[in-house]
Amino acid sequence: MAMIDIKNVSKWYGAFQVLADNTTAVEKGEVVVVCGPSGSGKSTLIKCVNGLEPFQKGEIVIEGTSVGDPATDLPKLRSRVGMVFQNFELFPHMSVMRNLTIGQEKVLGRGRDEAEDKAAKLLDRVGLRSQAEKFPGQLSGGQQQRVAIARALAMDPIAMLFDEPTSALDPEMVNEVLEVMVGLAREGMTMMCVTHEMGFARTVASRVVFMDEGRIVEDCTRDAFFGTPRGERATQFLSKILHN
Amino acid sequence: MGALDFSVVWKNLPILWEGMKVSLQLFAIALAGGVFLGTLLALARLSSRRVLSVPATAFVNLIRSIPFIMAIFWFYFLTPMLVEKLTGRTGEAVGPFVSAIVAFIMVESAYYSEIIRAGIQSIPRGQPAAAYAVGMNYWQAMGYVVLPQAFRNMVPIMLTQAVILFQDTSLVYVVALKDFLGAAGKAGQLSGRLVEMYLFVALVFFLICFSASWLVKRLQSRLATPR
Repeated sequence: MAMIDIKNVSKWYGAFQVLADNTTAVEKGEVVVVCGPSGSGKSTLIKCVNGLEPFQKGEIVIEGTSVGDPATDLPKLRSRVGMVFQNFELFPHMSVMRNLTIGQEKVLGRGRDEAEDKAAKLLDRVGLRSQAEKFPGQLSGGQQQRVAIARALAMDPIAMLFDEPTSALDPEMVNEVLEVMVGLAREGMTMMCVTHEMGFARTVASRVVFMDEGRIVEDCTRDAFFGTPRGERATQFLSKILHN
Repeated sequence: MGALDFSVVWKNLPILWEGMKVSLQLFAIALAGGVFLGTLLALARLSSRRVLSVPATAFVNLIRSIPFIMAIFWFYFLTPMLVEKLTGRTGEAVGPFVSAIVAFIMVESAYYSEIIRAGIQSIPRGQPAAAYAVGMNYWQAMGYVVLPQAFRNMVPIMLTQAVILFQDTSLVYVVALKDFLGAAGKAGQLSGRLVEMYLFVALVFFLICFSASWLVKRLQSRLATPR
């Protein structure tokens, strides 16, 4: 059984269909990169995975728990799936340390000392131990995104979702974030990443999913995706991306 | 009428202080109750559940559409009559202080709910999303993430509303409650020195409200959250 199983998911905003019958899966330890032009529904799809966006048809199952089932304890499910946002979304009124401990304490019920130990280790890992007492507004975008990754990891997630984690960053800060993500992937973390970073996809992706107009139009292994032949839409998209 | 004689103010200071205590109590209870209920009303108005948002919206719009003084009047005189008409029983009189408190809390909660609603809406939607993503439930996301940021943005306007509330406490004269203004009026009538007493009342209100407004301005610059 896949860790994240997405089956025939459709979603509408009123009469407008944003997701049309999408089916894919992320196996344990896999890194799946989701790409596609803007407005193709990739961010919406990843937000459906942890129930931040509702969907009207289909089913998403995470380790046997159905996301769309009204009986599901969504907060509990979400606490086991880390999420990193395009705009970081650190809590600006809390220190970096508090950003990493609040979920552990209030959701997982860990004690203050245990939570701070864990947070300190993760800040070390993303190279920001010295910034623990600062506030998010005092950090650069790249540093904030690394803190956001550490915040998600602090909950000991079984899988990580990344929603365009580098697209709000200045170019010189993209790599420091990608390095952390590559490290995670190499350790065997199960990851679903919406990103345009084809270098990242080439390096660590197990599979690449290409979306267009709310539909998954390609879902294949990395080698098949970057090799030939390939669908016409994906070819066009890739040629635009790779020229930049 | 002869020269102004402010010695009457000194002679009546104990009575005036009793009145001021009533005003301050009313102010404090109305402020606390108004902010607490106002927060719940704001959350209800922003709820996607219509059973919560529709009644909350109706309540806020109703209260904000009637003059404050009507609400005070209503709760003191008309609610007991209405209860009697509807149930046929004579209700226990609750007294002017309690009925004024009820009226103040209801009116202030309606005003504060609008301030708080705007404050909550000023927080980017990614913030509650991030709170939910780490596994927080609705109350945790609101309590730890959204409301602390919203209140920080709202402090200046909430304090401004508090200054207005303090001035509005004087409206309880319609139910013959002896607040600061009421006590001064009574003392002024007894001594025949109404002008001096009301001048003193005006001065005290001015000093309190003016210094509070000044404090609000000072606070405003210090509270901005770096983003």
